Amino acid sequence: MPTLASRVVLALVLTFLIGPFVIIILAGLSAGNSLAFPPDGLSLKWYLKVFTVESFQASFALSMFLAVFGTLAALALGVPAAYALNRYDLPGAETVRIIVAAPIIVPGIIVGLALLRYLVVPTGVGVTLALFLAHTALVLPYAVRVVSSSLHNLRADMEEAAVLLGCTRLQAFFKVVLPNIRAGVLAAFILGFVTSFNQVPVSLFLSGPGVRTLPIDMLAYMEITYDPSVAALSALLAFLSVAIVFAAEKFLGFSRYV
Amino acid sequence: MSDAFVSLQSLTLAYGDTIAVPDLSLDVRQGELISLLGPSGCGKSTTMRAIAGLLAPRAGRIGIAGRDVTRVPANRRNVGLVFQSYALFPHLTAFENVAFGLRLKRMRGAEIERRTRDGLATVGLDHLARRKPAEMSGGQQQRLALARSLVMEPDVLLLDEPLSNLDARLRLEMRNELQRVQRATGVTMVFVTHDQAEALALSDRIVLMRDGRIEQLDTPEGLYARPRTRFAADFVGFENIFDVVPEGLKGPEGTVPHRVPHRVPGDVAALAWRPGGVRVGSGELRGRVAGVAFAGTTREYVLDSALGRIRADAPAGAERLAIGDQVAFDLPPETACPLGTA
Repeated sequence: MPTLASRVVLALVLTFLIGPFVIIILAGLSAGNSLAFPPDGLSLKWYLKVFTVESFQASFALSMFLAVFGTLAALALGVPAAYALNRYDLPGAETVRIIVAAPIIVPGIIVGLALLRYLVVPTGVGVTLALFLAHTALVLPYAVRVVSSSLHNLRADMEEAAVLLGCTRLQAFFKVVLPNIRAGVLAAFILGFVTSFNQVPVSLFLSGPGVRTLPIDMLAYMEITYDPSVAALSALLAFLSVAIVFAAEKFLGFSRYV
Repeated sequence: MSDAFVSLQSLTLAYGDTIAVPDLSLDVRQGELISLLGPSGCGKSTTMRAIAGLLAPRAGRIGIAGRDVTRVPANRRNVGLVFQSYALFPHLTAFENVAFGLRLKRMRGAEIERRTRDGLATVGLDHLARRKPAEMSGGQQQRLALARSLVMEPDVLLLDEPLSNLDARLRLEMRNELQRVQRATGVTMVFVTHDQAEALALSDRIVLMRDGRIEQLDTPEGLYARPRTRFAADFVGFENIFDVVPEGLKGPEGTVPHRVPHRVPGDVAALAWRPGGVRVGSGELRGRVAGVAFAGTTREYVLDSALGRIRADAPAGAERLAIGDQVAFDLPPETACPLGTA
């Protein structure tokens, strides 16, 4: 039986977590022309306007591209890395694990600055490519971690059984290992997707003229136009994230992997 | 070498710097059921992995069915292995688990279907073809693992502790099943087990292993009745083992005079008795009852004596002794097993 005090604490925590969402959602429903709370009357016009802003369309497309392909690239690197770290007694495995985790630990501002100073400036790579590389690197730790935990639960003798039935090691991986860590890989994809999509500090440094991810574009938009469309867009993105995580939890038991 | 179907010659097996098996030679005949028996760490599993091709030998040679397979990778050895954990594929149905290896052989669909059905029927699982392993009982999973290996028609079938994960009733059932399958298919089987009862019950021959070496290679009857070393005797249930010294018998607590049996040759180092071979109630030795347990047809006693602890079984119908009672007992020469120096 929860005490009154614990109920109050729970209510405060939930308010703290969910309150801003509610404010943003309501602010986006405003009928007025500037971002304000409580909203100035009610209308859906800002929610509809979001879809007509051209720069949002372009930056949404870029963010989607980075989130999908950056995460896929991170998985393409991360799944074999997780496999090798789990299955083989590699020299320096611990070092590799730490290096792989670094992008989570090092503040994004520093990663962004470092990439700008030592990747973009000296090599002159395109902005999109730089963003793609940065997002891949940022998602990689999650890919390795989440896939590692599902590999950890998968017995190695299953692969040996497959080999004795005629598989090569590679076939055994695709026929036996991959199908059994599918849920973990999907969980890693969703986590990576959300991480990449919401990424601000690194993208801030790497964005260039006309090439911005959606969060950066929203920041830029707000500097010029202080209307409720940013609140409306934020609310839409929040719903999208919630929907993805909800679906993942329902179909995969997402919380087991994160 | 002529009748050796599986031939291990001077095999040296190691993990990193640790030599698990220093120099092992063994011939297995075709159609034989042979057990590698021993405590954990004796090298039995290592040897099995080497036969399967999962572990490359440091030195030596492995031959199977007249072919040198020392350098043949595991997936082309035609050796089956039933894992202790079964290692079934959880994402596949029972049918697909069994068909897995056949599909890799690029067989025709109808042929795969037929052989898979046959394989499932052989182990009595035809009605569960659509089930996933997680929806099957332990015994069913084991039989599925067996079927999955058997449909490949392996030259040798290796079984890692095949009965250890089953309860007593299933154990008996599976034991019969394995013998039946062996008779039906004629496949050469190599068991790995730490359970002497399992090895004695199933095998044509037993390879008792210790520290990577063969301690004794014998028939179950031979190993059970005539273990040759202290280790072998201890392993097959001779719980009372005492060194032979000029004054008689020497135990951990002391030495007692004993008439050494005439039939024993001169190089005997020790004598061993099963609990059933110790006579309780009469004899020149004295002991005090330190423990008693009723075991159906017998009563199992632990006696403290001048030699040390004695384990003795008396018929359940005999006089019942209580803890603390003084009792006479005898270590009769006729039930003693003589052990060599090794």
